[in-house]
Amino acid sequence: MSDVLIGAVHAPERGAWLALRRDLHLALRTRGEVLQVLVFFVIVVSLFPLAIGPESALLKRIAPGVVWVAALLSVLLTLPRLFAQDFADGTLEQLATSPYPLIGIATGKIGAHWLTSGLPLTLLSPLLGLQFGLDGRELAVMAAGLMLGTPVLSMLGAIGAALTLGVRGGAMLMALLVLPLYVPVLIFGAGAVEASAAGIDVAANLSLLGAALLLGLLAAPFAAATAIRIALD
Amino acid sequence: MQAQTAFESSAASGGSATGLAVRGLALERGGRALFTGLSFSVAPGNGLVLRGANGSGKTSLLRILAGLTRADAGEVVWNGKAWRGGGGDQRAGGLYIGHANALKDELTAAENLAEALAFDGLKIDDEVQELALEQMGLRSRRQVPARRLSQGQKRRIGLARLSLSAKPLWLLDEPTNALDTEGVAIFTRLVQQHLADGGVTCIATHVPLDLSAGELNLGEAP
Repeated sequence: MSDVLIGAVHAPERGAWLALRRDLHLALRTRGEVLQVLVFFVIVVSLFPLAIGPESALLKRIAPGVVWVAALLSVLLTLPRLFAQDFADGTLEQLATSPYPLIGIATGKIGAHWLTSGLPLTLLSPLLGLQFGLDGRELAVMAAGLMLGTPVLSMLGAIGAALTLGVRGGAMLMALLVLPLYVPVLIFGAGAVEASAAGIDVAANLSLLGAALLLGLLAAPFAAATAIRIALD
Repeated sequence: MQAQTAFESSAASGGSATGLAVRGLALERGGRALFTGLSFSVAPGNGLVLRGANGSGKTSLLRILAGLTRADAGEVVWNGKAWRGGGGDQRAGGLYIGHANALKDELTAAENLAEALAFDGLKIDDEVQELALEQMGLRSRRQVPARRLSQGQKRRIGLARLSLSAKPLWLLDEPTNALDTEGVAIFTRLVQQHLADGGVTCIATHVPLDLSAGELNLGEAP
């Protein structure tokens, strides 16, 4: 029998594609879970006008912060399904012993996570912004910020999710670990909309989100893959 | 504790560079040495059955061989290449089947098999996959979600994967768990075929298997 396979490492991008495809396939089978997160997002955002009352000036002012905080919490809720289920059912062992590098597989899983959490939230956000009386330009800036920022949420979340694998009460620990890391994204994301409302150039805020996105792309799959290896050891 | 375990598989050719060899392996878990100075070799075409009490380190040893766990000392050599385990070393080498079936409840038996094979780096025609499931007695269960399969049927999906595997090193942890006698017979045939093809198989098990394979006893739990 050939020993060609031993030590042969397959292309990481193929591994990423396989992981992306598999997780999207699974998400399609459990559509309800994806939908639940969207509904959660809508409800949390809608609670604020109900609690504060119809003060349009105040609502408009807090809108970016509210939408961003709701997005953070929604993404946080979806993080356990990123690695924890695969860890529990043995899939992660199989992925870690597969000929595809784990870093590529982690990238694909993070991508699938964003496509089923951050992206739908982003697409839904202008609709929610309307509730708060944001104008067209502010809605566009908010959506642009979410488009750049939510992948960062998925990537930072993946690191937290991988670090807390196999820890009892891991979900709470993960929230405590991840939420502080989300703060810069929140500040720049909500800041962009506020800057737009104040008539200031939003490029600085969006550029910083873009920079965070690039940095995350470089670091997050590696960090998550390393944390998974440690959890499996 | 110095449990020196030297072991030579029945047909191991001395000093041969092919096959699997373990030299001076040591692993500590929870402050207790599971094994120290563990050495053995298995030549191509040979099997090794790992025995020992619960907690004696059979699973840990298999996980080291699979590259999941890092040994505290010693090295594992496959076809002349040495590694310590952990960190994804040698990840392409071994086909590891652990206690967990690694199946997704939402996917059907056929889809689960297809996913497992894809991540093994294999491209296998649907008809061939279908045939493999059929040979495992899962013909009528192909399109059934895995959550509706019995434990034994889930295990048989793993057997179908084994039957299509191209990997020369099989690392199987309690592979006969939940299998009925027919399932065990199918499994035994698969391993015999793999060994006849020049593969290497390490099996941790408590049940007697009808295999001409060497045995390594890890003894009592420390």
